[in-house]
Amino acid sequence: MALEIRDIHKHFGPVRANDGVSITVGEGSLHGILGENGAGKSTLMKILSGFYEADSGAVVLDGEVLTLRSPADAIAVGIGMLHQDPLVFLPFTVLDNFVLGSPGPVRLDRSNARTELERVSTELGFSFDPAALARDLTVGERQQLEITRLIWLGARVLIFDEPTTGISATQRIQLFATLRALAEHGMIVLFVSHKLEEVEELCDSVTVIRRGKVVFEAPMPVAPELLVEEMFGKVFVADEREPVALGGPVLRLESVSVDDGKTHLDALDFEGAAGEVVGLAGLEGSGQRTLLRACAGLLTPTAGHLSVDGVDLTHVSYRGHLAVGVHYLPAGRLEEGLVEGISVTEHLVLTSHDRRFLVDWKGAEAAADRVIDEYSIKGRPSSPAEALSGGNQQRLLLAMIPEDVRLLLLEHPTRGLDVESAAFVWKRLLERRTDGATIIFASADLEELLTYSDRIVVFFGGSVFAVRDTASTDGEELGYLIGGKERV
Amino acid sequence: MRSAAPTLVALVAALAVGIVLLVLVGAPPFEALWLLVEGSFGSASKISATLLAWSPLLLASAGLVVTFAAGLWNIGVEGQIVIGAVAATWVARSLPGPGWVVILAAIVAGAVGGLLWALLAGVLKTHGGVHEIFGGLGLDFVAAGLVIYLVLGPWQRTGVASTSGTDIFREDAWMPTLEMLGTGWPVIPVLLGLASVVVVWLLLRGTRFGLRLKAVGRNPKSAALIGIPTNRYLLGAFAIGGALAGLAGTVQVTAFQHKLVPSVSGGYGFLGILVVLLAAFGAVWIAPIALFFVAISVGSTQLDLRLGLDSAFGGVLQGFIVLFVMVGGAWSARRASVERAARGEP
Repeated sequence: MALEIRDIHKHFGPVRANDGVSITVGEGSLHGILGENGAGKSTLMKILSGFYEADSGAVVLDGEVLTLRSPADAIAVGIGMLHQDPLVFLPFTVLDNFVLGSPGPVRLDRSNARTELERVSTELGFSFDPAALARDLTVGERQQLEITRLIWLGARVLIFDEPTTGISATQRIQLFATLRALAEHGMIVLFVSHKLEEVEELCDSVTVIRRGKVVFEAPMPVAPELLVEEMFGKVFVADEREPVALGGPVLRLESVSVDDGKTHLDALDFEGAAGEVVGLAGLEGSGQRTLLRACAGLLTPTAGHLSVDGVDLTHVSYRGHLAVGVHYLPAGRLEEGLVEGISVTEHLVLTSHDRRFLVDWKGAEAAADRVIDEYSIKGRPSSPAEALSGGNQQRLLLAMIPEDVRLLLLEHPTRGLDVESAAFVWKRLLERRTDGATIIFASADLEELLTYSDRIVVFFGGSVFAVRDTASTDGEELGYLIGGKERV
Repeated sequence: MRSAAPTLVALVAALAVGIVLLVLVGAPPFEALWLLVEGSFGSASKISATLLAWSPLLLASAGLVVTFAAGLWNIGVEGQIVIGAVAATWVARSLPGPGWVVILAAIVAGAVGGLLWALLAGVLKTHGGVHEIFGGLGLDFVAAGLVIYLVLGPWQRTGVASTSGTDIFREDAWMPTLEMLGTGWPVIPVLLGLASVVVVWLLLRGTRFGLRLKAVGRNPKSAALIGIPTNRYLLGAFAIGGALAGLAGTVQVTAFQHKLVPSVSGGYGFLGILVVLLAAFGAVWIAPIALFFVAISVGSTQLDLRLGLDSAFGGVLQGFIVLFVMVGGAWSARRASVERAARGEP
């Protein structure tokens, strides 16, 4: 048995998520697929498991070209996928979850299913109480249930998408043992990850995907620095930085603990000075957003103290943060920032300090014209937000930042922007810092982090992993740190 | 500018279905349609009756434009009309003094009653996490039950309790009409109705409140991040919508029924939802669309009298119009998005 992915192309509008990907994996292989966020791993796996249809290319299993139009098609030919969040119906029992996806007659044969669950799970070395509710299982146990179900449905190729997120160390060891056992039984296991350590520990071959293309393929072991370089591209060396005179502290975190249900930051001490730019590095979901949202007042710390300009904001609402000059700009421009169906003028009216009941639309339109000029937004005052391109949406959001901002919190400020827009965004942001604001931004772009930050905080697995002065680090070291390893 | 062609096509399609239905039940289709027109606009008194029915529909629809702007499905509008009517009835029955004082007080009471009933659904949503559709629907039933209790219990007719309603109000507590052309014209209700539409239009078009409400309705997440206190705005929308619905209830009891009846809402709340859907959630087209709808409702009583057809035919026709307009709208939206995709736009 061999799985062959042949020249897969998948475009989303102008974005080439997969641009001619070919991978061949043999029977009994534990194959790692590495890549940074947005490299195209997930798209490829979704094509394999029938969630997306490829624009062109083919998936071949045992020499047979597969037609994968739905996840049901995929599992029928033996390809099963385990999602990052296991697709388990929490209010259902273990047994009901087990039989849910099975094809067959209308009538549920629960007693037969119970025996089957018992048989397959014992083979795999798991044990379940069939009557337990799925919501009472740990994430690790839900994964085990999913694996059992997929094996029972006849999966021969199993795809694991970041399976170690949210499970305990013991469960990770157990999961890895299971994956090895599956491979020994001749299954093909695809292990999608961005954690170098895990791929090193587990896989016997690896493919690195970058910007929708396969850039590297080799049997393991491979030197980690080589993998880092392949994942992030040419290792970037920052220019010599002009030293910046920093002012007094603006943001102060004193042993702040905060939890958003997925990541938990524990007893974090941190200071941001006036005029300082702090970059937050790390893979998506490692805790950067948790920190930003806590600083913005959208998450209340469970312990510790948070203050801006000496004002204690620990238990102050989001609007209280706004009032002292905190401004938060999330990554989803149209989801958390702009309002669809509302024009450029209307957005500027919404954020203006004018509080009169009646809106002076003539004046507002003239003001919008000035902003459009100043920020070179390609659009008219009457253009609705969704009609602007990503770069222009970001320019509008910049224009909506109040003059007297003290702490600016940004997520991926230049994601998806062309070079010119990105440079413009940073020119504007750096002006704010000259005015004495503190800027904290999360980014997945090493070059951006190294170019604009004074300090870089690296997150890994839901906590702060390392803090580096930008002057004393480089892209290679950051690549290691982001993958959860110290450079040796 | 949105093209009117799909709407026209939908109207013609609804009429065609209506004609087919009439043929199927053995009625002369064109005579029946003519009776609809004649029944609503055929004489001075019929026009007056149509205008009297138009007013509460205008009020309820104007209120619904506000709640829809905030992204709310105010299904509780029926209950808000009913509670407005109950509050107005209470004033008309118990307040002594000159008639004009009673009428003014009834108007205020009706608006406040509807407002409070709507706020109940609002607080359930903002503080209890109950979706406004479920909260509103529940409160509709509570309001309907309350009216029946009042009509059969504490406010029963002298002599015998009957679902035909309470005693008629004393005559100087009736909303006055303008006598002209041999019939009484409901000037005050019509002015209230038209004023509500204009005020709502201005509110949404020209004020900071209206703009913020629109932002909350279209994207509560972004609105909250911009710094708008979203819950306060949602409750504000409920309050305005409820007050206008309560006024509709006041008109129903003081200008039309002159007593409280179990079916006091006249279904104008749900009909208002259809009107606002057809008006594409804006205030501009409400007046003509509402007039068209009540004309069908009022005119269809003639079908019963003259052709022995059930007057529910009017409702069937209204339903088909809305259905076809919605389908047409969805179809043209889909076509537009396919065209955009073909041009390579997002």
